[in-house]
Amino acid sequence: MEELKKTCLYDSHIALGAQMSPFGGFMMPIQYSDIISEHNAVRHACGMFDVSHMGEIFVSGPDAERFANHIFTNDVSGMIPGKILYGMMLYPDGGTVDDLLVYRLPQTFLFVVNAANIDKDFAWMKQAAEGWNVSVENRSEEWGEIALQGPEAESMAAKALGMDLSDLVFYTFKEVGNVLVSRTGYTGEDGFEFYASAEEIRRIWDALLSAGTVPCGLGCRDTLRFEVGLPLYGHELGENISPLEAGLGIFVKLDKEEFIGKEATAALKADGLKRKIVGIELEDKAIPRSGYPVEIDGRQIGEVTTGYNSISTGKSVCMAMLDAEFAVPGTNVEIRIRKKTFPGKVCKKRFYDKNYKRN
Amino acid sequence: MSKIIEGLLYSESHEWVRAENGTAEIGITDYAQKSLGNIVYVDMPDEDDEVSQNEEFGAVESVKAASDLYSPVSGTVTEKNDALEDEPGLLNKDPYGNWIIRVSLSDLSELDSLMDAAAYKEFLDKEAH
Repeated sequence: MEELKKTCLYDSHIALGAQMSPFGGFMMPIQYSDIISEHNAVRHACGMFDVSHMGEIFVSGPDAERFANHIFTNDVSGMIPGKILYGMMLYPDGGTVDDLLVYRLPQTFLFVVNAANIDKDFAWMKQAAEGWNVSVENRSEEWGEIALQGPEAESMAAKALGMDLSDLVFYTFKEVGNVLVSRTGYTGEDGFEFYASAEEIRRIWDALLSAGTVPCGLGCRDTLRFEVGLPLYGHELGENISPLEAGLGIFVKLDKEEFIGKEATAALKADGLKRKIVGIELEDKAIPRSGYPVEIDGRQIGEVTTGYNSISTGKSVCMAMLDAEFAVPGTNVEIRIRKKTFPGKVCKKRFYDKNYKRN
Repeated sequence: MSKIIEGLLYSESHEWVRAENGTAEIGITDYAQKSLGNIVYVDMPDEDDEVSQNEEFGAVESVKAASDLYSPVSGTVTEKNDALEDEPGLLNKDPYGNWIIRVSLSDLSELDSLMDAAAYKEFLDKEAH
């Protein structure tokens, strides 16, 4: 087995007594105190995450914009520097290589990709770049990243870092000294992501910590993103899942001239989806976990992709991939949990409202 | 350090047993609740269900994951702890003060196969290495 990588904040996690676990090829903090307190800190105050495991791949060169549009589902044409778009890279058959953010820098496009997919994505992008006048560089090892999330993120950045981010619009970024700061995140709350060198990232982390920011592990990162219906690659997206099935069609611009996977996606849309990801709310408190079967009258009609007892609402809820005919809000289903089945109802896959600052 | 209580019997899957007059209360140890983290659901058998030694009888679920419960003894469930349905976190707060099920024992000799406090402490020390 390949040795697990450490982020530039590893020593700090150990010093803080974090429970560490492998994730995406890295040894990452799952929790520092407990998942519920960390989750609530982000919902009601602010918390910070080491997300240095995320990958940073740069695309530059004369064909950069055209190439970015060739491999990315959203439309980067005319993006002005400082803008960010969410979207996917697809295989020709319409399955998902990864979901990612694209940052438009003056000369370059920065692709921020999932940790577990860095090598795969980089290889995919290099291969796709053959014959194009672009360079594709994986600089994941040089870059660290911190996500500061929660309603108090803006005031915390001002207090701890002396950064005035009040003018930074949702899904845009700016450079503050050697730090790239974006108003983005993966929790459904207002917040920022800081990208910088390892040294700079350690300085930011320590300053935020001294100012009282709650360090948060990947445990609550997952409960937070789940409650607001954000997908996680490997669960709601994957090589065999189209973004359309995951309800992410608005990030796939089928009116673009071309991109890898366009034909297959357009055909899927024209034929009608065979399955869809929905939300399910259970009556009981039993917890539907990833992979558990969803049934109607004893017949399996799908399976759970992510499920929790929602920390913010107290309800047991899940996202599940269901046969399309049953993916209708209000449909009564049963989820098999260990030896029993528990009744639930199909609902929207957003269990808690996002609280973004869209200034 | 995980807390261990004198006078209880322990299983290798981190359940405890308080046995008296042919009945037993079964719960999870402090070590178990710490490893699990915030407990948010306890799946318990019903009254009159049979449980068998070393066989699964339910589950405790933390935020992150489900963990099966294994019965340290065989017998018939006489009671389940209803308080855990509304407040599963009691198992985090006071794991030895909150039993999960009460069982009428069918084979008292099974108690001899369990560890006492000293043996369980030794067992935990070994697991840590």
